Amino acid sequence: MPDAVSDGEVDRFTRDLAREAEAGGYHLNPDREFTRDLVRGLLANQERYGYISCPCRLASGDREDDLDIICPCDYRDPDLDDYGACYCALYVTANVEAGKRAADPVPERRPGPAERKRQKEERAAVPGDLKYPVWRCRVCGYLCARNEPPEICPICRVPRERFERFM
Amino acid sequence: MQHVPGVDRGRVMLYALSTCGWCARTKELLTDLGVGFSYVYVDLLAGEERDHVVREVERWNPQVSFPTVVINETKVIVGFREDEIREAVGA
Repeated sequence: MPDAVSDGEVDRFTRDLAREAEAGGYHLNPDREFTRDLVRGLLANQERYGYISCPCRLASGDREDDLDIICPCDYRDPDLDDYGACYCALYVTANVEAGKRAADPVPERRPGPAERKRQKEERAAVPGDLKYPVWRCRVCGYLCARNEPPEICPICRVPRERFERFM
Repeated sequence: MQHVPGVDRGRVMLYALSTCGWCARTKELLTDLGVGFSYVYVDLLAGEERDHVVREVERWNPQVSFPTVVINETKVIVGFREDEIREAVGA
């Protein structure tokens, strides 16, 4: 594990993440040591790349290219639904948190570079004849009809760049 | 690349990320099993060396996800799959 990040920073950031998670109906992994190590990884990536990309994925260092794997990643919610945990297992479902079931191993669902590019082009080409375009938060699914997406998602707090044109 | 000495169960190679909890568990498991293995933290590499190792991982695991364990250049285990790893190294 990288050791450039102090224990105090890790504790603080873990507390912040836990508070935000609970406020939004999400849960951090109750395995404290495991979670602390993941948070240490997130902070190491913040140092390295300038953003908290997933500790269990190899970031390219190009923010635009890594946008979908900045924590919380685009794949967290479907992985919680299917496996009870997100890919790195920082987030788990209520059942897993309560010890009622164990999380399953999570296979990688992030598409390869070529498929990601194709999907991005497809999203950009949404035809629309609505009075307002509809924007979708790729992290939590929040929808809104307005000229531009909000600066910050009012539900999960991710920035505007995580929105896609939905309709 | 680092080498952890141990019982020879063939060439056991672990491709990992230094920030990843599942990679850490995989490394711990192999160490606890007393198996000799090599590992590399791909996120700590840069430039040409990194490109080279990424292509190497891609050959075994086209998604280039971590941890990837390759045994004797034939058996590939993607993710921390404890039972599969134990079986593959005969421990």
